[in-house]
Amino acid sequence: MRKYWHVINVGIQNTLVYRVNFLFRSAFGLIPLVATISLWRTVYESKQGDVAGYSLAQIISYYLVVTIVDALTAVYDDDWQIAGDIRDGNISQFLLKPIDYLAYRFCLFSAQRLIYTAVASIPVTVFILLNRKYFVAPPDAATLGVFAISIVLTAMLQFLISYTLALLAFWLLEISTLIFIIFAFEYIAGGHLFPLDILPPLLAKTLFFTPFPYQMFFPVSIYVGKITGSAMYQGLLIQALWVFAFYALARVVWWRGIRKYSAVGG
Amino acid sequence: MKTFRRYLGLYAAFWKNSVAREMGFKANFLLWIVTEALWFALQLAFIVVIYQHTDHIADWSKWEVVLLMGAAHFIQQMFQAFFLTNCTSISEHVRTGKFDFMLLLPVNTRFLLSLRQVDLGGYFNAASAVAVMIYALWQMQRVPSALEVLGFVMLAIVGVLIHYCFMFLLSAISFWTVRAQGVVWAYYSMFNLARLPDSAFRGTFRAFFTFAIPMLLVANVPARVLAQKLHSPRDILLLLAMMVVAFLLSQAGWRVSLKRYTSASS
Repeated sequence: MRKYWHVINVGIQNTLVYRVNFLFRSAFGLIPLVATISLWRTVYESKQGDVAGYSLAQIISYYLVVTIVDALTAVYDDDWQIAGDIRDGNISQFLLKPIDYLAYRFCLFSAQRLIYTAVASIPVTVFILLNRKYFVAPPDAATLGVFAISIVLTAMLQFLISYTLALLAFWLLEISTLIFIIFAFEYIAGGHLFPLDILPPLLAKTLFFTPFPYQMFFPVSIYVGKITGSAMYQGLLIQALWVFAFYALARVVWWRGIRKYSAVGG
Repeated sequence: MKTFRRYLGLYAAFWKNSVAREMGFKANFLLWIVTEALWFALQLAFIVVIYQHTDHIADWSKWEVVLLMGAAHFIQQMFQAFFLTNCTSISEHVRTGKFDFMLLLPVNTRFLLSLRQVDLGGYFNAASAVAVMIYALWQMQRVPSALEVLGFVMLAIVGVLIHYCFMFLLSAISFWTVRAQGVVWAYYSMFNLARLPDSAFRGTFRAFFTFAIPMLLVANVPARVLAQKLHSPRDILLLLAMMVVAFLLSQAGWRVSLKRYTSASS
């Protein structure tokens, strides 16, 4: 276990180099957020009252919480790095060392999210304080706890999906388009763009058979009080199952990939 | 006139090179077009979903916003076809010392730097944007006059040039700090603003993105011309004025950067 603490430590030191970059990214990321909120505010002005079951405060909170969860769980460039490791043959060294590549990568991912969140918390906190009028608190402490657990599962799911996808570099030379295409689905079907329950019910229900809602929408809707009670615990279980499923898939893909691997340039 | 012909000949040569390069990776080329189209569809889906719950955003109806999105996408893709890759690789040229070599060539360096690579995919994506705009106009049952179409094309060119001047200015900063990619990325994220209806915004946010960085003008003004929503010619004049200012600014920034340039390697 100690060696992985070491990896986290190295990861933190390496990511600290990008702190200014992260600050820029998170600060400028607020511009589209302001735009989306303004757009919704304009919609509410003409409607007077709830839109699709959301009050104005709830919808604004939705986007603010998306920003927070995104900072905590989004994969930054881990997938590009993994694909690069495979393509350039750097992966060979991990086959020789007594270290598990998945665990190694997860440590780096966690370290990087830690630093990113720490940096991003400056502009995001300022922004939330400016909008505090519209920032709703979670219904109760238990909900907050489930929200926290769900965020951890979300981070694991995000990581494992990206990891598995990046491993396809064992077979494909170019996976950047694939990453962007999957990212597009995560973006819309995950609920980054709008809460999924404003979609027609049938479509929203269908989406819940995919892992995408559990990558963002699920924890956020726990926070804004849209998913409560038994549905919340049931959702948490399904989310955990998705994490487990992708963990198994990642192992299988890795195992098959390694057999195919021919250490080009390594 | 002779110089103009010479530069036209040069641009034809750039085209030939770029086509040859792109055709080396045909599958990749096609996949990138699919990816861009997917992201465009995603943005449209967002608007369609919002309009399920309202019938207008400020003074914009659904198909008018679709038209606006098409216009914004068209402008962005044309900018991409001509300039984007060139602007983003400037810091790379500086870092690797390739820039020294470019300075020695007997052509205008800014011309070479700005137009050397043609992004063919941009033309295909721009075509899909035109298709969306035609569909939106058909839904609105509007047939624009030849003069309006001409006006749109001219204003779209102005929009492309504004994007170019800002991106070039930001890239020129990379002469001082090699890590300007963050700044370039930030501008790219602001493209999202261009496709939203201007009247959904107000206050300092709107003023800033109209008079400082005219994101809320570049696509809104041409789209308003096509949709016959332009209330006064003032907006057109403002857009033109912003282009002149942006060009002068980028030229000044470029000159200052050149003066301070002291070769990276060699």
